[in-house]
Amino acid sequence: MNENRSADAIIVGGGVHGASAAYHLAKSGIKAVLFEKEYLSSGGSGRSAAGLRQHFGTEVNCRLAKYNLECFSTLEEELGGEFRMEFAQWGYLWVAYTEESMAQLEKNVALQRSLDIPSENLTPGEMKNRWPYLNVDRMIGAAFCAEDGHINPHALTMGYARAAERLGTIVKTYSPVEKLISSGGKITGVSAAGEIWNAPRVLLTAGPWSTPLAATVGVELPVTPERHNLLVTEQIEPFNCPMTLCLDDGAYFKQLPNGSFFFGRDDPDEPKTTESGNSAKFLEGVTRSVLQRIPALKGVRVIHQWSGPYDVTPDHQAIIDWTPVDGLWVNCGWSGHGLQFGPSGGRLAKEMFFGEKTFVDIRSFRLGRFAEGDLFMEPAFI
Amino acid sequence: MHENDVMICRCEEVMLEEIRAWIEKGYSNFDELKRILRVGMGPCQGRGCRDILLRELSRATGKPIGEINPGTIRPPVKPIKLGLCAYGREVDAK
Repeated sequence: MNENRSADAIIVGGGVHGASAAYHLAKSGIKAVLFEKEYLSSGGSGRSAAGLRQHFGTEVNCRLAKYNLECFSTLEEELGGEFRMEFAQWGYLWVAYTEESMAQLEKNVALQRSLDIPSENLTPGEMKNRWPYLNVDRMIGAAFCAEDGHINPHALTMGYARAAERLGTIVKTYSPVEKLISSGGKITGVSAAGEIWNAPRVLLTAGPWSTPLAATVGVELPVTPERHNLLVTEQIEPFNCPMTLCLDDGAYFKQLPNGSFFFGRDDPDEPKTTESGNSAKFLEGVTRSVLQRIPALKGVRVIHQWSGPYDVTPDHQAIIDWTPVDGLWVNCGWSGHGLQFGPSGGRLAKEMFFGEKTFVDIRSFRLGRFAEGDLFMEPAFI
Repeated sequence: MHENDVMICRCEEVMLEEIRAWIEKGYSNFDELKRILRVGMGPCQGRGCRDILLRELSRATGKPIGEINPGTIRPPVKPIKLGLCAYGREVDAK
């Protein structure tokens, strides 16, 4: 396969979705070649806040999220145990300061409960009882799911890729794909690091880099990059602080299994770019927001900040579909919540490759929805 | 004491043996090793280990140190208290 540069399938992008697709295809006997421009997890996957949640406001995301979570607990073993997944379930707590946000959270929780996700609504008093260190002043309430949690995003991505390699997949890192190649409306392969590779099927899982690549064969993806920042603190005694998010100001924080904290905060002024870089004003804004909610962390030190790109669509929902170019399919546009969908993304890629009925109905993720004006907004977007 | 028993990253307690084992597996870039082993991710931000790691990478790949990507250096330059970031002054940690 390596000699004649051809494969059953080519996967473009070594984030969690590409790596998981490689693994699921390899398990079914399909030996793909995966191209990654740098190293595995170097894009959005490895730069994410590494959260796992079932709190979504659309049914398809809830159903897929439930499946993801079922996978994570046994994934370290399934993928060969080479990478420590650091899977932890300290919960996701969505707090609301306005009636409008609270109403949305209640609606989301009702949907989740109808799908057997054990979410609950909490009053500020109930929150104070469970997490006495939280400052609940002015909060109206919250939504909580105790099953939600954390995973190491590098271990997750590299674990999938290594397991795929053991099954025969070729993983080519530091091999940027310059363009896709089609002929007569059919995909025929890619040009990567100056070499032509042939395959009748090509899967694009390149996050925000998918847009320029799809354009090389005339496919327009409404996926744009958006830079988001995070900081990490020194390690302190773990007290299982859940991921705590606020829709009202887009700030969130959580403790990691090693005791460090992550803080993040959405900022509409951040550049719309895939370039990672750092905003000086991020530190002040995010610490002001978060310390209001957990003042006890005032004396803890920030170690560093970093950034990574979301791949944003107009409705903050993924695109998982075959494109108008025969043999080219895409899985991108997760708009900031993509890492945790790695398990289902890989399974769906495999099912689509074989023309099987997908395990969850994903018609709402179709590419045509933008042209049809049939958007379906994900309200639990941060 | 065998050379492999040397602790290279004191913040995250990473041993030379582990570093060599992962380089051997093909992870031959500072940023990759950082993501796998957490080497350089602690409070010192690689001040103690970066040079040693680059030397190991140079030895394994045969490239001069100057040609090896030294990895990303991120702000802030040294750890600072969150309260200082938020309010611009020292605050009582309680």
